[in-house]
Amino acid sequence: MRLVDIAWNNLRRRRGKALLLVLGLAVGITTVVALQAITHTLRADVEVKLDEYGANILIVPRSNTLSLSYGGLTVSAAAYDVGELTERDVGLLWTIPFSRNLSIVAPKLLSAVEIADQTVLVAGVDFASELELKKWWRLEGRAPEADDEAVVGARVASLLGLDMGSLVQVGNGTFRIVAVLAENGTQDDDILFIDLDAARRVLGRPGSVSLIEVAALCSACPVEEIVKQIEAVLPQARVSALRQAVTLRMETVEQLSRFSLLLSGVVLFIGGLVVLTTMMGAVSERRQEIGLFRAIGFRGAHIVRIILTEAALLSVVGGLLGWLVGMAAAVLLAPGIARADIAVSWDPWLAVGAVGLALIVGLLASLYPAVRAARLDPTTALRSL
Amino acid sequence: MIELSRVTKVYQADGVAVHALREVDLHIAEGEFVALMGPSGSGKSTLLTILGAMNPPTTGRVVIDGIEPYNLPLERQADFRHEYVGFVFQQYHLIPYLTVLENVLLPLTIAQRPRQEKLHQAKAAIERVGLGGKENRLPSQLSGGEQARVTIARALVNQPPLLLLDEPTGNLDSTTGARVMELLVELNRAGQAVVMVTHNPETAACAGRIIRLRDGCIEGMTARAK
Repeated sequence: MRLVDIAWNNLRRRRGKALLLVLGLAVGITTVVALQAITHTLRADVEVKLDEYGANILIVPRSNTLSLSYGGLTVSAAAYDVGELTERDVGLLWTIPFSRNLSIVAPKLLSAVEIADQTVLVAGVDFASELELKKWWRLEGRAPEADDEAVVGARVASLLGLDMGSLVQVGNGTFRIVAVLAENGTQDDDILFIDLDAARRVLGRPGSVSLIEVAALCSACPVEEIVKQIEAVLPQARVSALRQAVTLRMETVEQLSRFSLLLSGVVLFIGGLVVLTTMMGAVSERRQEIGLFRAIGFRGAHIVRIILTEAALLSVVGGLLGWLVGMAAAVLLAPGIARADIAVSWDPWLAVGAVGLALIVGLLASLYPAVRAARLDPTTALRSL
Repeated sequence: MIELSRVTKVYQADGVAVHALREVDLHIAEGEFVALMGPSGSGKSTLLTILGAMNPPTTGRVVIDGIEPYNLPLERQADFRHEYVGFVFQQYHLIPYLTVLENVLLPLTIAQRPRQEKLHQAKAAIERVGLGGKENRLPSQLSGGEQARVTIARALVNQPPLLLLDEPTGNLDSTTGARVMELLVELNRAGQAVVMVTHNPETAACAGRIIRLRDGCIEGMTARAK
């Protein structure tokens, strides 16, 4: 027989007390697990949305001259005509170590063009990648299929009286409008979009690129690191990571995460108190038994080991139970409360963490009762003497 | 083997000092069987716990087998009890959720010995008190006399030089009590030192020497003729 057998046999005998202690811990762990799983899901959800929001990296030529706004971001005015990037630079992007994290690369050629006495910003784009990048675009019409077809921003269309089927002259080329871009409140409303290669041809700028928008998959990759790697291969370019509204939502998630931690701490503290009072009661009930152990020569350390072994066994059960219930709660509650689009993931490390946390709380809360038990005077504890 | 010099024990009860023992001098030889008698409150049980290194005297000196247990640190006192003393309590204090074998094994739980050796020792102790075949019973499945025997087996399993008993037959009928006393006499004849507290003159008559206490002092001693 070992000390652990004494602990195990005692737990089997005092099932009510053991159950109370397990439940006390399990409630705390359930709360922690559920909140952690939900905030983890929210974070993952935001990261997915970050990808959906479009470009999160913008590459423009380095310039210190006047600037114009594009897409809510600042680009150099001089960048329209000088210091351009090239098609070769676009190819270099795929040589960075994190290239597998680049989901969309959308190069653009920008130029101010006179159309019907108006200066219009013309953007040469690769429509396939552009439409993938800008999932919020709503085209009234169809996507361009030929290189002489164009998409016109709502404000440009309105200003120049353009509609589907209209022809528009850009440089030495003529383009047919096949879609009007529904107004979306961005700079895109003021732009005429034509095919990138056609733009280079009609504007006489072969191989030129004014800027590159990049969407990187950020769920597992550090955007800042990708930015550094792009800067390394394109030293002549200015590379910026975009944050915008998603960052705000991420901050909200972080706030929720901090609140979750605080709430978890409070609930765990209460769980710890339940363990403490239950263990104190158990020690009080077992005074004679502990007195006997001391009388037959058990050291105080042996008594502490028996009680902490009991606490550890119950903590493991409480931790596992708390993890299971917490995950179930997260699966049920996450879609409703958090409005997250992605499923709660069953992270095995969360189970390890839950059991570890239950052990820490259970053992810490049992330490005082265990030390008290070890200090019991055998003569007083046995009473009969 | 045991030497008590001017041992005094004072308990504080609600601010009042109660003298349980007053300057007791006592010598108990190796292999001796001593009965402690006296009315309630005479100090018998206090003396027994002092001999068992469980209850430090207020003043005086206790030497057992050349060791002064109360000069040892608390954890070493526990080691001393484990090695030198076997205790049999009036209420037995068997652990209700452990079997006879496990109860007897209890003192060996903390001993550094191979598992098989411990099992052998525990079974031998159970055989010695006549409970062979009942190793797997729980205390609740035993008679009062059998429980007393389990307690004696538990006290003996570690082969301590000193066996201390507090009213070992107090809860037993006369026939069962007589059998338990036969066992103790037999153990003593085999060289085991025994100190026993009892109210019962018949039980005390089994001892080689009877020490009578009153008001914390030794009132008298009677040695049985061999």
